[in-house]
Amino acid sequence: MTERAPQDKNKQLVLRLLGIVGGMFIFGFALVPLYDVFCEITGINGKTRGQAIYQKETVNKDRLVTISFITNVNRGMPWEFKPMKTSMKVHPGELSEIRFYAKNRSSQNIIGQSVPSVSPGEGALYLNKTECFCFDQQTLLAGEEVEMPMKFYIDADLPEDISHLTLSYQLFNVTEAVQSATGAAK
Amino acid sequence: MADHHPTGIKRWLFTTNHKDIGSMYLWFSFIMFLIGGAMAMVIRAELYQPGLQFVDPNFFNQMTTMHGLIMVFGAVMPSMVGLANWLIPMQIGAPDMALPRMNNWSFWILPFAFTLLLLSLFMEGGAPNFGWTFYAPLSTTYGPPSTDFFILGVHMMGISSIMGAINVIVTVFNMRAPGMTLMKMPLFVWTWVITAFLLIMVMPVLAGVVTMMLTDRHFGTSFFDAAGGGDPVLFQHIFWFFGHPEVYIMILPAFGVASEIIPAFARKKLFGYASMVYATASIALLSFIVWAHHMFTVGMPVAGELFFMIATMLIAVPTGVKVFNWVATMWKGSMTFETPMLFAIAFVILFTIGGFSGVMLAMAPVDFQYHDTYFVVAHFHYVLFPGAIFGTTAAVYYWLPKWTGKMYNEKMGKIHFWWSMIAVNLTFFPMHFSGLAGMPRRIPDYNMMFAEFNQLASIGAFALGLSQLFFLYIVIQTIRSGKKSEDKPWDGATGLEWEQLPCPAPYHTFDTPPKVK
Repeated sequence: MTERAPQDKNKQLVLRLLGIVGGMFIFGFALVPLYDVFCEITGINGKTRGQAIYQKETVNKDRLVTISFITNVNRGMPWEFKPMKTSMKVHPGELSEIRFYAKNRSSQNIIGQSVPSVSPGEGALYLNKTECFCFDQQTLLAGEEVEMPMKFYIDADLPEDISHLTLSYQLFNVTEAVQSATGAAK
Repeated sequence: MADHHPTGIKRWLFTTNHKDIGSMYLWFSFIMFLIGGAMAMVIRAELYQPGLQFVDPNFFNQMTTMHGLIMVFGAVMPSMVGLANWLIPMQIGAPDMALPRMNNWSFWILPFAFTLLLLSLFMEGGAPNFGWTFYAPLSTTYGPPSTDFFILGVHMMGISSIMGAINVIVTVFNMRAPGMTLMKMPLFVWTWVITAFLLIMVMPVLAGVVTMMLTDRHFGTSFFDAAGGGDPVLFQHIFWFFGHPEVYIMILPAFGVASEIIPAFARKKLFGYASMVYATASIALLSFIVWAHHMFTVGMPVAGELFFMIATMLIAVPTGVKVFNWVATMWKGSMTFETPMLFAIAFVILFTIGGFSGVMLAMAPVDFQYHDTYFVVAHFHYVLFPGAIFGTTAAVYYWLPKWTGKMYNEKMGKIHFWWSMIAVNLTFFPMHFSGLAGMPRRIPDYNMMFAEFNQLASIGAFALGLSQLFFLYIVIQTIRSGKKSEDKPWDGATGLEWEQLPCPAPYHTFDTPPKVK
């Protein structure tokens, strides 16, 4: 058996260690989708799922769950944005509707995107939205006002210890981002 | 050929000698330590009284941010790499580090990285002001323009750390003298190998997270921007996945130093060598699964809080093993109390206090009260100052005769020790109380009721700052006019560097591998 030269040994080990470094750099980025998948399965960050389809759920008439609605308008977003009702009581399994009011108070056309979040986080998995303005972006012309519907039902399997859900919408101004993206596409 | 090397500036620019590079690392970290310390003085001067006295709140925020960044990345980490450069080749009987050219490069990146970071203080909009943890969106949407210089600085010093770590691993794996088996290596070498593995695992994650920040800021991505489907909490997860192992990167080499010094002055073999190695390795492994204990208040489900709480408390077990072993090493030893030993004993005691406040913070239900208060500040300064910094100070006193061939003035060393010991407790102990009473961190003003605690802490901080200048004086005085040291100034010292090399260690050592018993 021949002893390998020390330089070869060093080179091999350095390459392996660089492999770990590269792998961990990629792992840092892999955490982004992993985090999303993990949160979607467990629902722990309060993000609601995409569009649900309502199929004759069994309605639990014996139970009432309070759901409150809050809205926040982000910096640099000149809209008025509020729920038409601040809270309502619903039976699990029952399809309900709530409308949100939005008005563009500026003199420019603005595109808005609302991002929902549910508290407590575990409740997010049980809040199903069949129709929501948050699935799309909204364009409001200068001074335009709209009422935006949101239809939802609460899953009958909602854990017993949750009697109150809060659904919050944060409204962002995405005009620039959308325009630069379409501009880049051209 | 024994001591031939180029002279003047070229010696330092082009050197590939591990001893030269080790010295440069140590001096660099000390300069950074003084700069970061000056920032701490600004913070403590402002907090001496309630109300706003000297600086405006935005500049105060820049000071807390830069103090943290400079101390973590500029002072503590390079000082540990400096010790590694000086000691690891001598302790394992190697002639030099395995990759000397890369060693030179990894050092010379640092002055540029930190010049870039420090220059941001003079830029329009000021230096980074979002805390050393640079949480998004503070550092993305709201960060000052200089944030981009901060990002580049972090990238550069990250590359430097990764190269340093690779060098340590390759040196230890490939260059040990015949007979120096892994389980015969001094504990300082062991703790450094484990630290090096932590570094190459987590520094790339840090590089990743600052890259995401950069693209969020300028290239239209939305990793941490909720408007585009991202999540700011994700930032905290990625940051602390790096950040928690990072705290062990800063403390593990100091564990190694204590494990060298305590047996030398207790004149006994280290108690439980193997358990020390395994305890260090388990601390490192556990550090990867506890990160979310920094973010108990972001709104995690109970199951998550329980998991991270229990995993964190588990770390107290291997740490307890280490503290027990140090105490057992001293038990019935023939102890003498020279300066390195004093610093090492203070390290064990004060680090344990920091560990206890860590266990308190690990409890999720009570953490809601402590979160972001001065209690947290007290905790991490107790593990970093009397932990990492006292560890390094002890190492400097212990190996200074080996490095310079001169003996420091023992009386002045003892004065330095007691001065720092009293000042460090006066500075950081009152912070426990103001924190428990609810004083938030990173705020330049505070309620009247915290005035006394803050005055004490500020007085302590000024004394502590001065004591470090005294330390600088002691080291310079030793180099210039210290008494010549014997080849083995500590009669209980063991290890190749003491048993087979004279003081000072010649420029080239172990050109032929030593015999290891």
